[in-house]
Amino acid sequence: MKKVFVILSIAMLLASFAFGAGTIKIGVAFPMTGNIAAFGEMTLQGAKIAQALYPDVLGKKIELIVADNRSDKTEAANIVSRLIDYNHVVAIIGEIASSHSLAGGSIAEKAHVPMLSPASTNPLVTQGKHYVFRACFVDPFQGHVAAVFAYKNLKARTAVVLTDVVQDYSVGLSNFFIKDFVAMGGKVYREFYQSGDQDFSAQLTDALSKHPDVLYVPGYYPEIALMARQARQLGYTGPFLAGDGAEAPQLIKIGGDAVNGVYYTSHFNSAHPFTSIGKKFVAKYEATYKTSPSALAALGFDSYLLLRDAIKRANSTDLEKIAEALRTTKNFEGATGYITIDKYGNTIKSAVVNEVKNGKFTYVTTINP
Amino acid sequence: MSSSNLIQDIINGLLLGGLYALIAIGYTMVYGILRLINFAHGDILMWGVYFALYAVVALSMPWWIAFVIGIALAGLLGFTVEKVAYKPLRSAPRISSLITAIGMSFFLESLAVVVWGGIPKSFNIYPKFFNRTLIFGHVRIQMLTFFILGVTFILLLAVLWLLYRTNTGTAMRAIATDIPTTSLMGANVNNIISLTFIIGSMLAATSGIMWAMRYPQVQPYMGFVPGMKAFIAAVIGGIGSVPGALVGGFLLGMTEIIVVGLFPNLAGYRDAFAYVILIVLLMFRPTGIFRVYSEQKV
Repeated sequence: MKKVFVILSIAMLLASFAFGAGTIKIGVAFPMTGNIAAFGEMTLQGAKIAQALYPDVLGKKIELIVADNRSDKTEAANIVSRLIDYNHVVAIIGEIASSHSLAGGSIAEKAHVPMLSPASTNPLVTQGKHYVFRACFVDPFQGHVAAVFAYKNLKARTAVVLTDVVQDYSVGLSNFFIKDFVAMGGKVYREFYQSGDQDFSAQLTDALSKHPDVLYVPGYYPEIALMARQARQLGYTGPFLAGDGAEAPQLIKIGGDAVNGVYYTSHFNSAHPFTSIGKKFVAKYEATYKTSPSALAALGFDSYLLLRDAIKRANSTDLEKIAEALRTTKNFEGATGYITIDKYGNTIKSAVVNEVKNGKFTYVTTINP
Repeated sequence: MSSSNLIQDIINGLLLGGLYALIAIGYTMVYGILRLINFAHGDILMWGVYFALYAVVALSMPWWIAFVIGIALAGLLGFTVEKVAYKPLRSAPRISSLITAIGMSFFLESLAVVVWGGIPKSFNIYPKFFNRTLIFGHVRIQMLTFFILGVTFILLLAVLWLLYRTNTGTAMRAIATDIPTTSLMGANVNNIISLTFIIGSMLAATSGIMWAMRYPQVQPYMGFVPGMKAFIAAVIGGIGSVPGALVGGFLLGMTEIIVVGLFPNLAGYRDAFAYVILIVLLMFRPTGIFRVYSEQKV
């Protein structure tokens, strides 16, 4: 009996090897649980839509191997090691939060495995790295867009910036916003918090005593939702402005009425796709998930297609060749616009500003670089 | 800082401190009786909140029945956890139960990820009444504040009454000193310990529901931070002492808010302040503010 079992399991093991040889493995390093789990879920849905539309390359099926970083920096590095050493992936889509991409990126860099972040906007993510790329714009641009929007559209002159001190994304974006907002003649006060905090009443009491025209919160949706509720309870009726980290259905579910009047800079709005492939993506996504795709879903979609395109142009699964092909991506048509990756691994694209209005993410305007 | 800001900070501090105190009461009660730091306390809290949430979302019950169901099921969960994980180790070295408690905490968190999913959910099942704010000049008080403070004090009195005015309470305090002797005195040790866990878990769920009403984000790791803070509050107050938990909770909550109010630039290090208070206090008063059982076997 035992013998039969051993033989069977060996046979199954061999079969899985044989089956595995026919696929091209791409690792996906996302936060699927924890604080920012909604980001992982949305981005993965986008990538899966791309996989459904374009399932193969070089005559082989593309296999996505998903690893969960539990919204944790240390785990973010661990899963990249695991995807490389254990799953032997040829490229990685990930990670989402900039601090996670910084942790995971240095591992991918050492192993020379190309890693493409769908949504990490902090400039440091790709700086000095040859194998780390991104499918989104960078924060100096996003901060600039926010400052222009706050000053010109919201007519704000006094802003309080609330920075999440443990997120590289938030620290970077705050600084870029302040630089441009002050240069235009605005006045800035600062408050601080950290991811996972649930009580912001002390910071908000202090912030509101400065009578700000806008609260700029370049953090992630869980904290923004709770902060908006507490600010409204403390009597604040003005607008919030946030970065692309605000967009998740949970912002509205948790924030309720309090998040009406939250503006945020983003990559994409499903009501205004930039390209024809964007329209195709929105249609397929809505047919599959019965809801409109978020910016992160669009970026997940684009990341998959960018990697597939790079593997196709490299005409091989050689790591160096894929990285080189990614580095020379020119005017690639994605859902979030025409993507060109420069020699630093960054992309240049337009940004949109959305607003939460009556519990819905509503398109406001597009700002070009 | 202006005076209206200071008053607002004190009110915010009372609210946060009340929540810490409420969680710490359950923590300290279990410790006081069993000498077990139940690291799974925060996770039972989280399960209680999920039970209440799903009683409304899936079974469409009224909110107050859902709260009762959430609290009752958390009691059942606490009972099971004790029977499965802690009882077999009752005569083992203390470190074994401590490690088991940490393992239980991880297990309950991971199980919640599997059962409820890792995405944060909104706890919006309670009536809007609690969100109403009273406005006095520049100072605003959320209705929930009164509710949380009221529940904290009622539960404090109830726990004290149970411990010092009932036979069961006498048996609980006897178990705290010596289990074999207590059983020789005719008390059913197993039942009393189960009861302690059930009450401790129900307290956890009650505080969890209050916590979720203030911070309506429900996710599998939501119990970790409140559990940690309540543990600190309990140690500051003198772990094992029920009034100590209350004092420790308010002290911790108030300090966190006031420190951020006075030094807004240091808000990112707010948790560090909690630990600094703890370290400084333990340096001068190793048993916390309220001393419990000076001769200690740990």
